[in-house]
Amino acid sequence: MSLIYNEEQRMLLDTAQEFFAERSPVSALRAMRDRGDELGFEPDLWQEMTELGWTAIPFPESLGGLEFGYAGMGAVFESAGRHLSASPLLSSIVLCGSVLELGGSEAQQENWLSELMSGSKRLALAVDEGARHNPEQIALSASRNDSGFELNGNKVMVVDGLGADGWIVAARTGDAANAISLFIVPAGAEGVTLTRQNLIDSRNTARLAFNQVQVAPDDLIGELDRGAEVLNRALDRGRACIAAELQGACEELFKITLDYLRTRVQFDVPIGSFQALQHRAAWMHVDIELARSSLMAALEALDAGDAQASQLVSLAKWKVGQMADKVSGEAVQMHGGIGVTDELDVGLYFKRIRVLQALLGDADYHLDRSASLLESA
Amino acid sequence: MSTIEEFRAETRAWLEANCPESLRGAAAAGELVWGGSKVEFGSEDQRLWFERMRDKNWFCPDWPEAYGGGGLTPEQDAVLQQELKRLKCRPPQINLGIWMLGPVLLEFGTEEQKKRLLTPMTRGEVRWCQGFSEPNAGSDLANIRTSAVDAGDHFVVNGSKIWTSYGDKSDWMYCLVRTDNSSAKKQEGISLVVLDMHAEGVEARPIDLISGKSTFCEVFFDNVKVPKENLIGPLNGGWTLAKRLLQHERSAMSKFGEFSLPTHFDLMSILGDYLPQSESPSDIALRARARACAMDEHAYNLTVQRMGQQARAGQDVSGIAAIMKLVHSEQEKQKFELLVDAMGYRALGWDGEEFSEKEQAISKAWLLSYTQTIAGGSSEVQLNVIAKRVLDLPDAPKGGAK
Repeated sequence: MSLIYNEEQRMLLDTAQEFFAERSPVSALRAMRDRGDELGFEPDLWQEMTELGWTAIPFPESLGGLEFGYAGMGAVFESAGRHLSASPLLSSIVLCGSVLELGGSEAQQENWLSELMSGSKRLALAVDEGARHNPEQIALSASRNDSGFELNGNKVMVVDGLGADGWIVAARTGDAANAISLFIVPAGAEGVTLTRQNLIDSRNTARLAFNQVQVAPDDLIGELDRGAEVLNRALDRGRACIAAELQGACEELFKITLDYLRTRVQFDVPIGSFQALQHRAAWMHVDIELARSSLMAALEALDAGDAQASQLVSLAKWKVGQMADKVSGEAVQMHGGIGVTDELDVGLYFKRIRVLQALLGDADYHLDRSASLLESA
Repeated sequence: MSTIEEFRAETRAWLEANCPESLRGAAAAGELVWGGSKVEFGSEDQRLWFERMRDKNWFCPDWPEAYGGGGLTPEQDAVLQQELKRLKCRPPQINLGIWMLGPVLLEFGTEEQKKRLLTPMTRGEVRWCQGFSEPNAGSDLANIRTSAVDAGDHFVVNGSKIWTSYGDKSDWMYCLVRTDNSSAKKQEGISLVVLDMHAEGVEARPIDLISGKSTFCEVFFDNVKVPKENLIGPLNGGWTLAKRLLQHERSAMSKFGEFSLPTHFDLMSILGDYLPQSESPSDIALRARARACAMDEHAYNLTVQRMGQQARAGQDVSGIAAIMKLVHSEQEKQKFELLVDAMGYRALGWDGEEFSEKEQAISKAWLLSYTQTIAGGSSEVQLNVIAKRVLDLPDAPKGGAK
């Protein structure tokens, strides 16, 4: 199992670092937040990302993709994390693109995939309903009727749900625990209410209410009641990419914090000369390294189609998430008073990191999942 | 076929013909052979493997032939190591002299010393121990007091060493001694000497630990005569050599680790045996700790793998290498703390019939785990090293902050 980027992936990493540093630095996110931007990302930036081919990275060549794998996606996500760059790469490509790739009919793939890759259209995945990620307990219902299905229920934390051309909705279609089906609901469908959820990270997050929403039979993805497996595989890819974004954000935040420890003078010495702070910083380094190995294993396992992929994804999301909470908390504390001001970018990292930690399963969720995967193995 | 591929084919064939089947794969504690004047073999296979590798001059395959080495080029040595690994051959002997002192002698020793000291190493005739730590020089190694006083053609050594592994079973010691008390920096008056553990005035006493018997010794020197030709490197220049030796210690320890079976206790099955499967908050918390422990271990193992891959790809691994000892020893301690918490009274047995063998083994392993975060550079020293060398944080001002 390769736990390091190969030559091509490293080149992609370098390109992505440069691109985001220049085109989407932290100041861009701050400006977007300050003007109350509804969309939460820059359409121009997104267009450039599609032109660089990054939206085609994970898909097989037969579907018009580059077949460059999730290690390649990881390189892009960790670079975006470093600069807190916002884009719908997770929602539209990794999550919805995967659902269509893994479960979509030829017609659905034809209708949507190339448009998602070109950026001319955008989809968002609607999974969560409660205060925590819990895809095992989906309640939103889809019941069959003469003209297809009728959807009733609520979804929250729909990443990039505002302004999307449609949503892929996970719905309960039977009493069995895993009787989940996936539907494409086009934007503008009658009975859908879209509300912006203003989160600490200022990104595009939506609540969706479905009230007697009629969906055509053609918009069912895959087989009825059999959507759970496709959903899970798509979620695992999303989780690994989130872990990569977290890893990048934390490594950058750690770098910023080390710079501060070296230069901030109190009691006539740089505070980084105090052993109490040195040891805490050393532990942050330890956690960052352990998290990095878990992340690389997850990305590689996804690309290799490893039977242990889910276990390794949960390990990564758990380890990286735990590390991220620690590193971001310490970063604020070590900056002292200035660390809790809005003026400093540290706070923007702190907030984004906390959202990513929770998204698609926090450390606790993935510890439990790791245990239950082990039992069912 | 290129020369190197021919060498690989020959090596593979030789190893397959000469490494006994029983010596392929990991060894349990006590199953490794320690070379030296009193070398003991647990089996005929061990003796055969030892003698065959010795006669092939492959105890030290990459050392020059002039000192009894195999004279292999770095490329050939790399092939040999790969082939040894491929067959999972155990090392024919464990020898600190070869792994730690040898490379330093090759770099800093005189021609006479190389011939005299390296040749017996390559024959597996001498068992070496390390005399670094002292009662007042643990983490602060430069604080050593054991003195070597100039007496014409020899030094007279007085003082004591502590935490010397297998001090009572070794033939020779490489030892840090103070040869000058007058220098301003305590690092400057230190020299490296080698001394005969059978010489008059040397006494090694094993140390009992909180876990019982141990392989550590205290070693006392009472007017021990050490000939001047046993000074390695320049007089008062021992500190540089000591630092180099400690660099070799890391790779030596990892070699040792590679071939030893881990003291393996299956956390989950032990928890199953001892933990009431109730849904009380504390039992749930304990099970969560157990899973976290196993996941942390997984992350560590992946990091070991990643370090190897990065090293092979020619990338800088100093930042990862610096965390390995710290993480491994701290995780071991955490794991045993968890076991002991789960087992309750059953983890508190010392000996006798009241407690099972497994229970007593866990108790002892738990107690011994406390040595791991202290020996070989305490966790605090590891954190200092990471902070200064990896993270480049500034030194504390002398005399502390105002």
